[in-house]
Order: sequence, then C-alpha cells, then structure tokens
Amino acid sequence: MTTRTETDVVRRLDVRRLSGLSAARDYGIVFSFIALFITLSFASNVFFSRINLLNILDQWSATLIIAVAGTLVFIAGGFDLSVGSIFAVSGVVAALTASHIGAWGAILLGVGMGLGCGVVNGILTTVGRINAFIATLATSIMIGGIALVLTGGSLISVLSPASFTTLGRANFITVKYSIWTFLAFALACGYLLSRTTFGRAVYASGGNPEAARLSGVRVGLVRSATFALSGMGAGIAGVIVASRVATGQADSGGLSIALDAVAGIVIGGTSILGGAGAVWRTVLGVLLLAMIGNGFNLLNVNSTYQRIFQGAIILVAVGVDAWSRRSS
Amino acid sequence: MTDAPHVETRDLSKRFGGVQALHEVSVSIVRGTVHALVGENGAGKSTLGKVIAGVHQPDGGALLVDGVPVQFGSPRAALLHGVTTIAQEISLVPTRTVVENVFLGIETARLGHVDRRALRRRYDELEEWAGFGIPAGVPVGALRIADQQKVEILRALAREARLIVMDEPTAALTASEAARLLEVVGSLRARGTTIVFVSHFLDEVLSIADTVTVLRDGRLVQTTPAAGQTTGSIVTAMLGRSMEANFPPKMPPPADAPVVFSVEGLETKRFLRDISLEIRAGEILGLAGLVGSGRSEVAHALFGADARSAGVLRLDGEEIKVRSPRQAIGHGIALLPESRKTQGLLMGRSIRENVTLPHLDEVSTAGRVQRSVERRRATELVERVDVRTPGIGIPVHELSGGNQQKTLFAKWLFRRPRLLIADEPTRGVDVGAKRAIYDLIAALAAEGMAVLLISSELEEVLGLAHRVHVMRGGEIVARLEGDQISEDAVMAAAFATELALAGRESA
Repeated sequence: MTTRTETDVVRRLDVRRLSGLSAARDYGIVFSFIALFITLSFASNVFFSRINLLNILDQWSATLIIAVAGTLVFIAGGFDLSVGSIFAVSGVVAALTASHIGAWGAILLGVGMGLGCGVVNGILTTVGRINAFIATLATSIMIGGIALVLTGGSLISVLSPASFTTLGRANFITVKYSIWTFLAFALACGYLLSRTTFGRAVYASGGNPEAARLSGVRVGLVRSATFALSGMGAGIAGVIVASRVATGQADSGGLSIALDAVAGIVIGGTSILGGAGAVWRTVLGVLLLAMIGNGFNLLNVNSTYQRIFQGAIILVAVGVDAWSRRSS
Repeated sequence: MTDAPHVETRDLSKRFGGVQALHEVSVSIVRGTVHALVGENGAGKSTLGKVIAGVHQPDGGALLVDGVPVQFGSPRAALLHGVTTIAQEISLVPTRTVVENVFLGIETARLGHVDRRALRRRYDELEEWAGFGIPAGVPVGALRIADQQKVEILRALAREARLIVMDEPTAALTASEAARLLEVVGSLRARGTTIVFVSHFLDEVLSIADTVTVLRDGRLVQTTPAAGQTTGSIVTAMLGRSMEANFPPKMPPPADAPVVFSVEGLETKRFLRDISLEIRAGEILGLAGLVGSGRSEVAHALFGADARSAGVLRLDGEEIKVRSPRQAIGHGIALLPESRKTQGLLMGRSIRENVTLPHLDEVSTAGRVQRSVERRRATELVERVDVRTPGIGIPVHELSGGNQQKTLFAKWLFRRPRLLIADEPTRGVDVGAKRAIYDLIAALAAEGMAVLLISSELEEVLGLAHRVHVMRGGEIVARLEGDQISEDAVMAAAFATELALAGRESA
C-alpha cells in the first residue's frame, strides 16, 4: 500500500512538470490573441475602432466559415484540401443562375453545390477508403475544372438582380450580413461539436477510431458528415464573396483562402492528428492571422514580412502540440 | 575482462505509468550461451530484453557489458556495444530488397552514393557464413515470415552484433519453421554469439537454452541451468504463489440457470473453425490458450467487430443478428477489448465522455447531450467500480493502468449487459488493482450476467472461471469443467503442437 501512495505522488509530480507545455497548448492561442489585440490597440489609433474591427470580420468571414467547418473535419481525423475549389465553384454556380432563378435561389443553389461536393468527398474517403489528403486533392482539381468549364474561363458578372449583392454588401442592424452569417454558422458548429451526441462521435472518430467503432460509433458516417459540412461551409463562403463582388470566377483566390483556413485551425490549437480541438479555437486562430495582416498594414510594415511572421506562428503552434503530446 | 559475464544487470528497475514492470532484477548472461527469459504475460521478460537492447531505459540499477557499466539511450547506442534485438513485430521495409534491408543505415557509400557491388559482396560473405539461403534481390515483403526473421538476424549480424535479444521469435512461425529457427540459434551460439531468448514456448526454451531465468510480476524468481528443469518445474516457478488467496470464492451458477448466450459453428474466413459455446446466467466461461490461438478473434467475431463467415448467435434462445458493434451493444453484449489504449479508451478525453460514449442515446434528448444526466450516471458507475480519481472530468491518460481498466468496466456496465466479454481484463494492471477487478467480475456474474473471460494469465482463468475452454490454432481443443480444470490440463491442450515439436527435436 505504501508503494502505491508513492506512485501516486510520483504521478502527480509528473503531471505538474508537464503543465507548462500543456498550458501553452491549451491556452496559448488565448494569450496570444489578447496580447496582440492589446498591443495593436496601443500601437495604432485606428485598430481599435468599430469600423476597422467590423471590416476585419467582414473581410475574413469567408475564411472563418471555411475554417470553422474544417475544424470538425480535422477533429474527426480527416483533412479537406478541396475547400478552395468548392469555394470557387459555388460562387460560379450562384453567379450563373442568379438572373434565372433569382438571387436567393442562386445563393441556395451555390451552397447546395458546396454541400454536394462535400458529400462526394465523404463517400470517397470513407466508403472508397481513399486517403483523405489525396482524395480531396483529386476532387479539388476536378471541381476546379468544373468551375472552369462552367465559366469558360471568363468572369461572370451579375448585373441583375441587384439583390444578389445583399449577402456580401448590405447591413442588417448596422452589421454586414456576411458577419451575421459567420456568427450563426460558427455558433451552430460550436453547438454541434460541444453539446450533441454527434459532436462526441466526431471527437471519438478522430481520437481513436478503433475504440470508437467498438463503442458503436459509425466512424465512416461521422467522418462523411464532417466532409459534407466542410463542403457546405465552403459553399457559403463562396456565395458570400461572389455576392460581395457581384462576380463569379473560377480563379477566385480559393487556394489562399483554403490555406489561411488550415493555418487558422492549427494556430487555434486543433490537432491535425484528430480527436482534439474546438470551434472557438479556430475562430481565435483565424482572427489572429487577420489581426497580423491588419496590424502590419496599419503600421505600414512591408507585407512580405507579414507572410514570414504568419508562417512562423503556424510552426510554433504545431510544434507546441507535437512536443506536449510527446512528453505526455 | 574475459571472466566478466557478457551482459549483467544489477538491481534493474523499470516502471511504466502505474506498473512496476521490473523490480530490482539482477541477471548474468554468459558469453556464447543461449539465455532464456520466461514468465507469464506481463511478468517483465520482454521489458528486460528491451532494456538490455536499449529500447527502454531503466529507472534504476545498472547494466554492464563486459563488466563495464553502460547506459544505452537508444537501440543504436546498444548496437555500438554489439547488442541488438529482433523484435516481436518484424521491423523491415517490405518494399525494399533483402540486401537493402540487411544494410539499411550501414550502407557502403561514398558521398551518399551507395556502392551496390560492395554491398552485394558483403551480403554474400555474410550469407555464406550464416547459410540461410535467402536470395539477395527479392523484396522482403515477398518472403515468408520465417525468412523475414532470418533477414532480421542477418541484419543483426551485419551490424556485428555479439549479443542478440530475440523476443518471441517463433510466435508467428509454424512448427517446422520454428524448428529451423532453433537450429539457426544453435549455430549462432556455436559461432560465439550470445542469444537472449524471450519466449513463452517452454519446450523450445528447454530444447535450446543453456540457462533459464524465470520472472514473475517484474521480479526475478530464479536463474538456473536449463538442464534438470522440466516444463512443470518452470511453470511452477512462473506461477509461484498459491492461487486461492488472490481470487474471490467461486460461486457457480445453480444447475437450472438458463443459457443466456450461445454460439454454434462460428467461423471466420481467415482463422476460426467451428467455435461453439454457451454461457449460462451467472456463469464465467474462461477461454484459455496461447497468444495467437484465436481467443481475441472469437471475442471480436461475437461482438460483430470482425466479419463471420458462419455461425448462429443466440440470446435467451432466440437467434440474433450481430453485424456491427452497434448491433451487439443494442442486444446487450459488451466487449472489454484486449488493449485499452488502442481499442478501449479515448486517452485524451475525460472519464465522463469515455464512460458514456457507447450509450449517448441514453443521456441525450434529440441529439443534445444532457450534461447533468450524463454526469450523474457516469459518477454512479465510476463509484460502483471504484475508480480512484479526483473527478470524472480528468482525461483518462492521467489515471493509473488499474484505474483506466476500471474506467473501461464502468463504460460497459452502463446498460447492464447480458453478456460481458472481458478480453485480458487485467493486462498492465498492478497486483492490488487486479484483485479489485477479479472481485468485480465475480460480483457481476453473481448478479446473473453471463461472462466470457479471456486471459493469457492461466491462473486468472483457473481462479475465476466456472468452466474453461482451451483454444489452439483457431479451434476449441478442450472443454474442461469441475475437477478437470487444472493447470496441467489447460497447458497440455494449449501446448499440444509445441510438445509435438519438442518430440521431433529430440528424435
């Protein structure tokens, strides 16, 4: 019995020794976010203003939505490389159909297109057992091709109906629709992940798929659902941007948005190995990236340095995750 | 110098989390001999082999090579002293050729350019010396397991290993392949190589080893010359303590207890043949056999986790369909899997989330988890199985092995299963927690649950089960009840093939 007590003491000491690194992993994003926010508020008198902050949210709403949905894919143990192409094709579909079926019909169709692509990704990676990275790389190329075919390589300008630009440009209670859409989507995904049985299944499927299966979780179905959600998120993001610029185009910068989304997810502290993470983390992670860009602009720092800085932050975030895992 | 043993351990200790895997073990291994390490599963024999080969680092004590204290930070460091290991799992690159694998990491190269002809020459020399007859240019993945093992041995020899730790080298081999491997071991010894032979096949050990060290619960029991030992004397040393004291009293079910669960003619495509068994209410049926005899495969097939090619499952006499774990859970079947880490628990999530994972529909309404209900049910279960924890919110990886195992029990007692399949319920658990788990299993059976107990620890099966089935090669080869249940009977049934092998060896 005495030996047992000694072991408990040893274990507790072990836990304490690790706590520094674990805390960095668990709350590093919160500290970093607050620190940067305060620093920028003092360094620039423009940063902490309603206009600037709302502007950041509006500019990053598409990335935020994609990243929030992508968080669920990561946690379930998947990876979705195709969101950039889905983002583009959804905007194209909405722009092409707006004059025929009306603004809101076109927007719904665009989102539906994204959802459909996501479902295909889900089927390929679970039923088809193709590695998620490769499968979504392939569908990404194909979907990008579809967008090119649909547009014939040219810009699709939406001249009418005028209401097509409501989602991207208009205000609702003095805040842009795009921001409201992001807030609603993030809250819904956060709720899904943290409060529902589906959310539990998502964590289990990514954390330990074999244990999840032996616990009666339908791992394939759960992962497919996260891919569908990710596709839908990319669809929503696509129509927001198409609506903002009243244009659909096959090459709409989807790749860079997709990379920013992945960066935001890992900076927030969601593990690329699956099984751990949260929606709020991703929101903070993307906003940290956004603030870096915004801050560099406000302080007139060369934008080249901005990318170097952002890249370094990603390495630190992923490194802390890996180191804290190894020591535990 | 030459008088010193080749490798010596002095009061070597090693701890994994809550488990003391080695406790002050002192062993001397004489140069040019085959030194066997035996013991039950979990006795520490593999751990000792891995410490000697630098795979694990000891927490206490000393390791000496040629009388000089050494500290191996890695297998690579051990190799610099001529010590290496051949692991249970083959660790070759299957898509590369035999030559490439043998010299992986020690290629003859100039400025990174590999000199293939020189490699080939070195291989031919090595192969001539060893005489295995393995073609040089074939991808390793195309070889049989036995030949892959020889490639591993060649690799060890290419690194000029003078001491090779072999961890269960014959476990994956057929009887005749095993016999040939033993010949190889004999010829290595004849050439002066020291072999540390970790095995649970006692007949093999007796036929090849010069010295036998027996371990039990991480402690050294004895080191003796192999000559003069018998399987019986070694088993006695392995089991050691008297059995009754460590187990709760057996309470066999009443004679008229109904059959709760039965299976008839269960087969799987790859392995299991004609498995039939039935378990009555309140009965603990033990499933014994060597590692690899098919016990866990039975558990997984009954639970719907592995596909069955034949077999009828019945619960309370009525046929049930179990094609997935989900369906099994719905029918009240619970599986405590063999490995809590890879199959049982989400190590990074809380006790609460782990306990309720298979039963979320019972703690949720319309897909929303009712946290207060969940917390209450999880707390009840955790208290019921006596998990020692500051709270149900802490992640499972912070618990000791015993408490993790109890958490696994809590997880599967949520719905009061009709059939509980417990696969290695005390693996990696320290002695104190073992008794608590035995008491729990006995109590569950006494309440009328049907229990299928699978264990590699013979004394566990003997001490708990009311009836015992013994498996070998994917079949049930013996059904023992009442007075028939004994160590000798189980061993005889489980080891039959190896006895035959030993017979051929001595002939």
